[in-house]
Amino acid sequence: MLDQYLPVLMQLSVATGFAVSTLLISVLLGKSAKSNAIKDSAYECGMLPIGDDKPRFSVKFYVIAMLFVIFDIEVVFMYPWAVTFKNFLANGQAAMVFWSMSGFVGILLVAYLYALKKGALSWKS
Amino acid sequence: MPILISFIKIVMVIFVVILPMVAYSVWAERRVSAVIQERVGPNRVGIPFTKIRLFGLGQPIADGIKFLLKEDFTPGHVNKFYYWLAPALTMVPALLTCAVLPFGSELFGEKMVIADLNVGPLFIFAIASLSVYGIVLAGWASNSKYSFLGGVRSSSQMISYEISLGLSLVPVLLIFGELNLSEIVWEQSKNGWLLLPFWGDGAIWNGGVDRFFLLFPAFIAFIVFTTSIFAETNRLPFDLPECETELVAGYHTEYSSMKFALFFLGEYAAMIIGSGLIVTLFLGGWSLPFGLDAYLMNMTGDPEQIPWWLGLIHIGTFLAKVIVFILFFIWVRWTLPRFRYDQLMRLGWIIFFELALVNIFITAGILILTRGSAS
Repeated sequence: MLDQYLPVLMQLSVATGFAVSTLLISVLLGKSAKSNAIKDSAYECGMLPIGDDKPRFSVKFYVIAMLFVIFDIEVVFMYPWAVTFKNFLANGQAAMVFWSMSGFVGILLVAYLYALKKGALSWKS
Repeated sequence: MPILISFIKIVMVIFVVILPMVAYSVWAERRVSAVIQERVGPNRVGIPFTKIRLFGLGQPIADGIKFLLKEDFTPGHVNKFYYWLAPALTMVPALLTCAVLPFGSELFGEKMVIADLNVGPLFIFAIASLSVYGIVLAGWASNSKYSFLGGVRSSSQMISYEISLGLSLVPVLLIFGELNLSEIVWEQSKNGWLLLPFWGDGAIWNGGVDRFFLLFPAFIAFIVFTTSIFAETNRLPFDLPECETELVAGYHTEYSSMKFALFFLGEYAAMIIGSGLIVTLFLGGWSLPFGLDAYLMNMTGDPEQIPWWLGLIHIGTFLAKVIVFILFFIWVRWTLPRFRYDQLMRLGWIIFFELALVNIFITAGILILTRGSAS
């Protein structure tokens, strides 16, 4: 059962090996780095950096991340439903399988409409 | 022995197919953009020490050597560990997602897919969403305003479009009732591609009743899926994370030499694998159109056995379809202007989210109505 994941593991090691080795080769072959105060400063179109190097950003990004977690889980729950849908149809349980998913999506739809009404997804301001 | 075979497949896919394809899609991008903008583009680098230019086909190799030989500089103001980790974290998931893509039918009785998992699309989403870490870390560890803004924008864009990507796939799974990508391609080979269901007896289309009705939700799913792939790979018209006019280069502003090249390679590899996924799900993967597969297999006498030449044709067909999609990606990039950030979020969260959700219920409704027995 799990041995079908063995090639994935091998590919992971090959891909990691490729990434690490190219970085190492670049260190070995590349021109050795010299630094000075200007070169060490953050890039700001040629000017000296002004202010905090991590500016504050809109709280909307956090809201988006939280909404993502909720709705991505919804998507993942839909996959097994979608895959078994035809089997339920063949057994004549169409109404049950259709309305159960409608209920699940309906509950999340309330949350979605609430977020929409609250302006969580509006970037106008 | 199976370990050796899968090792050969992995090495072939990564080093003979994906990486050269990445290098030459960069070359193609530069040449095509030059044609679109009425420039010449890179046409000089051919065979070294001769005057043979070969349309500049040596350019990607020269670029690669240049990336390796450039000064390997780590700025003093960055967080060193995560700064070095980020490029690798972008590259590895991009190369890992191709493990479940079937790139051919069979060659000498061996399935042309690295890992024939029963959870293909789930695996791809799981791994592809890891690549957001590389971008966030690059933006955060660089300690620079432009990198930081680029990283925040990019992560929020990628997670937003992941939802419409996932939702647009549900109708496809409803139609096929299958999560194994190899099986999905086999079904399409026998019964018609999802967007071209015109041959075979149409077993998955219920004998042809819902064949044409399902074309409509399949097409909507295709549009949403393709556009979301554009957003996931951060390409125009969704390249907000690195729009040059606002953020210099976005999350890789502070990167140079091979570390920058890994971001670049990862982005193009993600584009190629995204094209491969679109082709696999909607356009029949490696299969030939109009039932030619069944015809050619019957011609050889044994309809269960795939001869080696047909296996090679299948691999060639898959690559040809992927190349068409890469050219489409390039064409779109040099044709459309960039979205504004609020437009991008509106498209992802309001238009695509609702369209994909409605599309699921349309597909389910069509399936119920055409298959009757709703008692």
